[in-house]
Amino acid sequence: MEAILFYGLAALAVVAAIAVVAQPNPVTSALALIVTLCCLSGIFGLLGSPFIAALQIVVYAGAIMVLFLFVLMLLNVEPERSPSGPRLALVAGALAATLAAQVGWVLLQTDRGTGVAGFHVRTRQMAMILFSPEGRFLYAFEMVGVLILAALVGAIVLSREDLP
Amino acid sequence: MSDSVPIDHALLLSAALFALGTLGVFLRRHLITIVMSIELMLNAANLAFIAFSRSHGTIDGQILVFFVMTVAAAEAAVGLAIIIALDRIKRSIDVDAFDWMKW
Amino acid sequence: MTPLVEDLVITSVKIGVLFGLLLGLFSFMTWAERRLLALMQFRLGPNRTGPFGLLQPVADGIKLFFKEEFIPERAHTFLFLAAPVIAIVTAFTAVAVVPYGPTLELFGRKVPLQIASLDVGLLFVFAMTSLGVYGVVLAGYAAQNHYSLLGGMRLSAQMFSYELSLGMSWVGVIMLAQSLQIADIVDAQANGFWHWNVVLQPLGALTYFIAATAEVSRTPFDFAEAEQELVAGFHTEYSSMRFALLQMAEYVNIITVGVLAVNLFLGGWHFPLPGVAASPLWFVLKVGCVLFVIIWLRGTLPRFRYDQLMALGWKVLLPLVTLNIIVTAALVALGVL
Repeated sequence: MEAILFYGLAALAVVAAIAVVAQPNPVTSALALIVTLCCLSGIFGLLGSPFIAALQIVVYAGAIMVLFLFVLMLLNVEPERSPSGPRLALVAGALAATLAAQVGWVLLQTDRGTGVAGFHVRTRQMAMILFSPEGRFLYAFEMVGVLILAALVGAIVLSREDLP
Repeated sequence: MSDSVPIDHALLLSAALFALGTLGVFLRRHLITIVMSIELMLNAANLAFIAFSRSHGTIDGQILVFFVMTVAAAEAAVGLAIIIALDRIKRSIDVDAFDWMKW
Repeated sequence: MTPLVEDLVITSVKIGVLFGLLLGLFSFMTWAERRLLALMQFRLGPNRTGPFGLLQPVADGIKLFFKEEFIPERAHTFLFLAAPVIAIVTAFTAVAVVPYGPTLELFGRKVPLQIASLDVGLLFVFAMTSLGVYGVVLAGYAAQNHYSLLGGMRLSAQMFSYELSLGMSWVGVIMLAQSLQIADIVDAQANGFWHWNVVLQPLGALTYFIAATAEVSRTPFDFAEAEQELVAGFHTEYSSMRFALLQMAEYVNIITVGVLAVNLFLGGWHFPLPGVAASPLWFVLKVGCVLFVIIWLRGTLPRFRYDQLMALGWKVLLPLVTLNIIVTAALVALGVL
């Protein structure tokens, strides 16, 4: 049952990712990316991390992609005119395929451990690791907060109209 | 492992998505589509993290995904702000239009 | 029957019941809103179709069904058709994790009265609400009409501005109940109304209500229906059943807001005084009260201006809800709450 869901979501994710790369209209690319993100969220849920799955939809599909869509509509983009030619597409495709093969080979060679049956992380465990001082990630968590503040200020300043 | 989601295939999916993202960065000429392809690559990395977290049985991969997601959000926000500023200057978001630094 | 088939049957029955209840409540709410608004405005509402006008939603449905459906020539056909579907799917999916009664004992097994009890229930509701923005923004964009686009972008900006305060107003409640599952949050409010979160978290309840009203774009924040300003906002070009779908999505969102308000802040299915058994009846009565208050607000308050609305969301609600989180966290850490 889980395997069927996984393969279905994986196939949809790959098709949508190809649409992201191949569609000339950027709005359609954005929508295809949203579909990919939702499929990945489902796969995360299947792999035992419901919290990350929900967070993926809330943060990525629900906020970042809305931001993308807004900027696309603000800039009123036209669909791309003809891409740079079939020869470049072929070379790029060959390079990407090589990259896929290499990355896949490296990933499969990595030690993957024995795994735990029925691995399912509860939110409480994640909170304990993120927030408790002996959980090793408290400092990183606070720094990420500062990083987001810096990005917020940077984005507001960069998009102001009265700066050269 | 007795679970029915094959980790190997999840890792291959991650590699495939990463390569597709790279293809997007190579081929596309719209700045925004390039940033979207980068987001696709980040998501492929997230998938690899989660798959390894599952196969090792530890939670560290998921914590890292949490951080990667927030950093990606910050990067997307700043990247889009830069694109808006560039569009304001040059009235175009074609990558080839920004060649002021060429000799 | 194997356990899997049993589970599927029970879940299908639950889905059927909930779907039917939501559709029925949606029709009833359209009627109730028109009658109540009319009574508040010193006139009668629809009272001719059927007794007390109760068949008015049926008449509306038949009328909408027979209207001509057209797609504007320059519209993006796929997005135009997909936007109402996204709106309604996210609206209904959000209700799937919300419980509406205590766990029943049927045929020797415990049947929780919710379709899916997720470990991260409240976060899932938040995720579906975030996806609901797409219904609006795509509907506004797809029609390729200035008014639709402006209305859609305004409304979606409003929605995701208030989403932030909405989510953060739940954090206090989650801290008190120590769980993200809504059933646990309701059970933490048992035994008397002094345990209800509206008493323990008044600021959180207030910010939730304001943020939720803005999120579903009801008065005083209803720009999508601002007929005087934007023709009809993002659903200008929609007619017949697609328009009905968008309206249904909006009302189901309002019902979700009411149901969550009852579950998170008003004690869910528990009676206000200890000693009386919990039952879905109290839940239904409380949801009715909350929906009445939402309709009452529509009849009473004038509409905000858009910049006032955004200022309220970012400059007032967000600091308030952050203050609520800090105070609640301090009190929980000190062991007071």
